[in-house]
Amino acid sequence: MSNIKYILGHFEDPDDMMHGIDKLKENNISIYDAYTPMPIHGIEDKLGVKRSRLPIVAFICGITGTFTAFSMIYYMMVHDWPMNVGGKPAFAFPDFVPIMFELTVLFCAYGMGIAFFFRTHLFPGRAPRVMDLRATDDRFIIAVDANENADHDRINALLKDAGAVEIKHNERRYVSYE
Amino acid sequence: MGAHHHTYNFSEQYEFSGKAKTYSLIAIVIGIAAIAFGFLTGHAERTFANLLLMSYYFTCICAAGLFFIAVQFVAQAGWSAGLIRIPQAFAKVLPIASIILVVVVAAGLFSHNLYHHWNHEGITDPTSPNYDALIAGKAGYLNVPFFLTRLVFFLALYCIFAVLLPKLSNNEDLEGGLNSYKKSIKYSAIFLVIFGFTTPIWAFDVIMSLEAHWFSTMFGWYNFAAMWVTGLATIAITVILLKKSGYLGWINENHLHDLGKFVFAFSIFWTYVWFAQFLLIYYANIPEETVYFYKRFEPEYLPWFWVNIVVNFVAPLLILMTRDAKRKTNMLLFVCIVIICGHWLDYYMMIMPGTVESHRGFGIIEVGTFLGFVGLFTFFMLNALSKAALAPKNHPFLQESVHHHI
Repeated sequence: MSNIKYILGHFEDPDDMMHGIDKLKENNISIYDAYTPMPIHGIEDKLGVKRSRLPIVAFICGITGTFTAFSMIYYMMVHDWPMNVGGKPAFAFPDFVPIMFELTVLFCAYGMGIAFFFRTHLFPGRAPRVMDLRATDDRFIIAVDANENADHDRINALLKDAGAVEIKHNERRYVSYE
Repeated sequence: MGAHHHTYNFSEQYEFSGKAKTYSLIAIVIGIAAIAFGFLTGHAERTFANLLLMSYYFTCICAAGLFFIAVQFVAQAGWSAGLIRIPQAFAKVLPIASIILVVVVAAGLFSHNLYHHWNHEGITDPTSPNYDALIAGKAGYLNVPFFLTRLVFFLALYCIFAVLLPKLSNNEDLEGGLNSYKKSIKYSAIFLVIFGFTTPIWAFDVIMSLEAHWFSTMFGWYNFAAMWVTGLATIAITVILLKKSGYLGWINENHLHDLGKFVFAFSIFWTYVWFAQFLLIYYANIPEETVYFYKRFEPEYLPWFWVNIVVNFVAPLLILMTRDAKRKTNMLLFVCIVIICGHWLDYYMMIMPGTVESHRGFGIIEVGTFLGFVGLFTFFMLNALSKAALAPKNHPFLQESVHHHI
């Protein structure tokens, strides 16, 4: 067994890369992932990537914000320190709405940001790790798990056929910007 | 990407015949019968209020179609190129709608004193028993000649663009090239500036002046939000129904998703403006401002006041929130119909407390007038739609629209 962990096919053109994905799939070679410097329409469907669950996070964070705001103002304005503001009752619901709205947006935005960083392992002070540095620059890369797909020569040939300009056999999963 | 290469017939034309034509004509007949019924049974004022409601609604939807095209041109939007002929058909009906609105407003003003809050014998004459100091102070603006001039002037301005933009699109079909497109952008930009400044005044005049003692600076935007969301819902309904009858093969769930997002977002925008108006008045609690909501908090109107919020805010918010709901044709169709009915109620709540007050009703006159104007709109809009190809075949972004993917 070789030490090669991942086979990376470098493409210079997104259409060639999409073609390469089709070619590998036709030959029953499982694709680990694809890395591109820009978003490509339809690539999720092609790779079978599941839909992001970020909207669910957004909804939960948002509704948490709504209830936090309501409980907070209710505690302050009705329970803890009721005040007479313009003769309105202490529980003046319309006055609560802007704050409920704002905290919904605040919790939703921060929650989505934090969830995104959590899932992508991007934390302050941590150097991002990628499979290949050029995937953030000018190369479109298909990564194949070398252990799951034993016939490396065939993978090389298929990637070359599809128009890969360079093929790398990596023994490490990630390279770091450090 | 590149995987599906359908060939579409972009010169395909809508054929206006069969059920659509029959039903729209039947609806018009029902409308005429209901209006006649209203006048003959002694409900002239109520009928006029309904006529005002529906002709305003009708004009607003056509104007929203024109606004939609203008926004797409100025934004140089690609996704909408394949369905731009539908709002264009709305715009083509704007001159007819405008004439109906002007006739209804003028007839209401002169024959049944629809605007009796500010147009009354001796209301500006200090010696008269009808003298009203508040109205007299506003008479420089709220007087019959200036009122009618403003209305006709604004609508005529919009109509110029409603004729011009479809004409440029037609030239584009015939000649190709970017010339018409560039001109469209220029005229759209001019139109948007004019429209942005004049729609609030239009709403102040036609609707807000029904209760001339009261005023709200938010009212214009509140009406604009209602106009825009109903316009978008009508565009979505038309697209969906055309697709169901086998037209518009190049429009898919991605385009509906974008329309759905528009409808969802602007339902929230409508609520935002509605609530901004309500909250400031509630909070400040100044009698001359609260009078508007005082009338709507009478037991006669209060339940409908709340139904309005549920139907126009809570329903679209909850039903259209997920991605799948926006992409499912029938779900989107359902929400759009709910919004169309909901905003009828919204306009009802704007108009009725100031005109017929406690003599309001919901019956043959309301339903009949609504159906009549729906028929009128459907008839003229589909007729205009059948005059041109369903896709602007030389639109520079048509291919982008066909391959639109989100």
